[in-house]
Amino acid sequence: METTAIEKYTFKDFASDQEVRWCPGCDDYVILRAMQKALPEMGVKKEDVVFISGIGCSSRFPYYMDCYGMHGIHGRAPAIASGVKLANPNLSVWVITGDGDSMAIGGNHFIHVLRRNIDLNIVLFNNEIYGLTKGQFSPTSLVGQKTKSSPYGNTQPPFQPGELAIGAQARYFARLGGNTPKEMTEVFIDAEKFNGTSLIEILQNCVIFNDGCYSKYTDKDVREDKQLYVEDGKPMIFGKNRNKGLVLNGLKLEVATIGENGITENHILVHSANEKDPTLHQMLVRLEYPLVTGIIRRFEDITLEEREDALTKEVKSRSKFKKTDDLFFSGETYKVHQAPLK
Amino acid sequence: MADIKTTKKKKLQHEILDAVVIRFVGDSGDGMQFTGTQFSGTSAMFGNDIATFPNYPSEIRAPQGSLYGVSGFQVHIGSVEVSTPGDNVDLLVAMNPAGLKTNLFAVKAGHTIIVDTDAFTKKNLDKAKYETNPLEDGSLNNYRVIEVAMTSLTKAALKDVSGIDNKIITRSKNMFALGMVYWMYHRSVQHTIDFFNKKFSKEPTLIESNVKVLNAGYFYAETLELIPNVYSIAPAKLPEGTYRIIMGNTATAWGFLAAAEKSGLELFLGSYPITPATDILHELVKHKHFGVKAFQAEDEIAGIASAIGASFAGDLALTTTSGPGLALKGEALGLAMMVELPLVVVNVQRGGPSTGLPTKTEQSDLLQAMYGRNGESPVIVIAASTPANCFDFAYQACKLTLEHMTPVILLTDGYIANGSAPWKIKSVADMPEIKNNLIKEVKENWHPYDRDENTLARNWAVPGTFGLEHRIGGLEKDKVTGNVSYVPENHEYMTKIRAEKIKRVQNYIPDVKTEFANEGDLLVIGWGGTYGSLHSAVKEINKEGYKSIGFAHFNYLNPLPKNTETVLKAFKKIIVCELNSGQFAKVLRINFNGFEFLQYNKVQGLPFGNDELIQKFKQLVK
Repeated sequence: METTAIEKYTFKDFASDQEVRWCPGCDDYVILRAMQKALPEMGVKKEDVVFISGIGCSSRFPYYMDCYGMHGIHGRAPAIASGVKLANPNLSVWVITGDGDSMAIGGNHFIHVLRRNIDLNIVLFNNEIYGLTKGQFSPTSLVGQKTKSSPYGNTQPPFQPGELAIGAQARYFARLGGNTPKEMTEVFIDAEKFNGTSLIEILQNCVIFNDGCYSKYTDKDVREDKQLYVEDGKPMIFGKNRNKGLVLNGLKLEVATIGENGITENHILVHSANEKDPTLHQMLVRLEYPLVTGIIRRFEDITLEEREDALTKEVKSRSKFKKTDDLFFSGETYKVHQAPLK
Repeated sequence: MADIKTTKKKKLQHEILDAVVIRFVGDSGDGMQFTGTQFSGTSAMFGNDIATFPNYPSEIRAPQGSLYGVSGFQVHIGSVEVSTPGDNVDLLVAMNPAGLKTNLFAVKAGHTIIVDTDAFTKKNLDKAKYETNPLEDGSLNNYRVIEVAMTSLTKAALKDVSGIDNKIITRSKNMFALGMVYWMYHRSVQHTIDFFNKKFSKEPTLIESNVKVLNAGYFYAETLELIPNVYSIAPAKLPEGTYRIIMGNTATAWGFLAAAEKSGLELFLGSYPITPATDILHELVKHKHFGVKAFQAEDEIAGIASAIGASFAGDLALTTTSGPGLALKGEALGLAMMVELPLVVVNVQRGGPSTGLPTKTEQSDLLQAMYGRNGESPVIVIAASTPANCFDFAYQACKLTLEHMTPVILLTDGYIANGSAPWKIKSVADMPEIKNNLIKEVKENWHPYDRDENTLARNWAVPGTFGLEHRIGGLEKDKVTGNVSYVPENHEYMTKIRAEKIKRVQNYIPDVKTEFANEGDLLVIGWGGTYGSLHSAVKEINKEGYKSIGFAHFNYLNPLPKNTETVLKAFKKIIVCELNSGQFAKVLRINFNGFEFLQYNKVQGLPFGNDELIQKFKQLVK
């Protein structure tokens, strides 16, 4: 890593000269602004930041960031970004994707990038709908949801991105409401610090095709009662009165009320994000009440590029091949002379 | 080289030959590839020109003795230039009935067959669907058959060696065959003994057993009165230099290594295993000592997508595949073309369509390479034509992609990729310079789509470079800023400039050459992996006195060399020979009016045979 002083940026340094063209009121604006605010705090140089996206509303994101970026093809951003990072591990590489891009057409790359644990940051804009193609159900749309391609109701059960991701060995998973810019900025900064693939799912409201899909969790008046924002090392307490918490009953998580039935704060489970065993993290991801947000899993593990780097150094140190000539002229070679030998 | 202990006690016929074709066949587990490789290596070191071709079943362990489980290795050695593995087999070594049955067609009457009689059991004959034993029913009367109880003789040779089991004993019989063939062709066993000493330095028993059997075969042949002839093939007059035997796929991989070193860039390969291209991946993963980053991706698309990412970040990036894989990569290749990044895509062609004939050769991906993408998305297409020049064209693909900032498709095929030949080793110091379009410092009024005025290549500003932050993508670009643009005139302008950029590559590639005749009655045209077959056919016919037949072989397919039309005009008739239904003929028709392009096509998963070509060419000039 570079040790030279990094100039102090402001969010404006990361805004490109391109006019932002999302629909008015879209949560994407919130995410963009949160990212532009987070980047100056990360301690990375602007020229070392790369945004790679696929296709979809969210994937226009790189055009609006004044750093390096590539708007790729549908679903392939994790693969493109993997190439960028393996080519130059010093870069801070971000993948911007949506629920269609990452869960449908790009499902394969999504699971494999997580399995490999390359140090990328993936921001998944989940609005449970296809926006850019104007309103078809996506792999995260609910059963029964009426969309342009499911006029009588969707019959395909959805993926839960966190469940799929942790199943694919994600070491870092955070989930955030689309209207929580402060938390987003904090988590983006943390994700950049984290060594390994970090996945941040944002419950992003699509004002045109799926408006209000998260209101029951994210609206200001219900948020505190319906969401549990977890923090590492702290008891998992939520509610306007901060009197509800999670307890383990057998193999199930349950909501208990502090002060009732002899429950005290000491009975409430303490969140531990840095656990190799993802069982409890999966339970938190799947919970419907409360909806768990925050950094649910943060398990530090060796990255692919660290393994590759170590292997390359080791092979280099014991190899007799320094230049290609050493290889080409090695082993079984023979000389041909103008006057052939007998 | 060790002395060859030839016998002088018998009245042997000693024939001197220009060239000879030997084919070793047996079960997948009989070690035929190894036997063939050893014979080729020994002959090459002796100074012969060689060309080899392996032929093995796609089943990994096919049932023993079955017709479809036959594995073969053919080698053509010569004191003259040898450009194909050969059509007609002079010596067939058949380790079992199935091998004999499936390969007899290639042996001309009067030529020699060595068989292991121990393998001609009722069971094996049944498996090979022989109703009667061909060794007894007279069906081989037109051949010179040498019957040897190889398995028994191998066992006898090893009876005093302790610490080896039956399996090792039966597996060694290929060395008995090799020993015999060494003697027949006046070759020393030393090269193979050296190999065993090195390979099994920690397992002396294996050295002992293999060397014993090899020598036993050699001495058996010497004393066997059934062998009436020994043959000599004098060293060939190859250009002076240091050589090695190289397989096409290895040569391709090494061409990339050389280009990376010469250009000073790191090499990145994103790939997914597919026959017959996988050996390039196998080769490149070995070379971490050169800093090669070889990434086995989750699928073909991730293979090319990761390479595009690596290219964006400043590596010399490649992806390797075969026909169906190129189809999967089509969309991403369009992206690479649109964002104008350097990228080499290798397509080791195989029999198509769909899954087709994975282990067989064909040239049927030319049109896919040229046009197999949405929109108008031209790329450079070049093709290697021999196992050894896979090195040069892999290198050239890198040079073109870096200098012109556009993807390059390199076509090879299963025939040259798996074939091997002597390669006069090239040092990186002797290879042509490779420039690139990297820009490392901020310039006033800089834009990502600023172009070189000669090549039209855009500049290459990679992440990590201060002040050159920019965005690229698959949406149409503004011609200057590279920002998204829906302006109609801009789209047309960009479409034209992308085409013009490829066209201008003509100024940087060599003319197509004509061989044997520069003008005359017939021009034989070929491209890619058929060079050896076509060249030897025209050469032979030329020797017979047909002096007005010329031969032009294309390695540059898009764009075509500048002098193409001049070459076409110099001949009365033109015949385009391809292992497809006429794809290059179509390309020529699109580009050149007023010519009649005759065609000779073969779509059997097999290379051209010498005789069929000669017959066709003679017809056309009679």
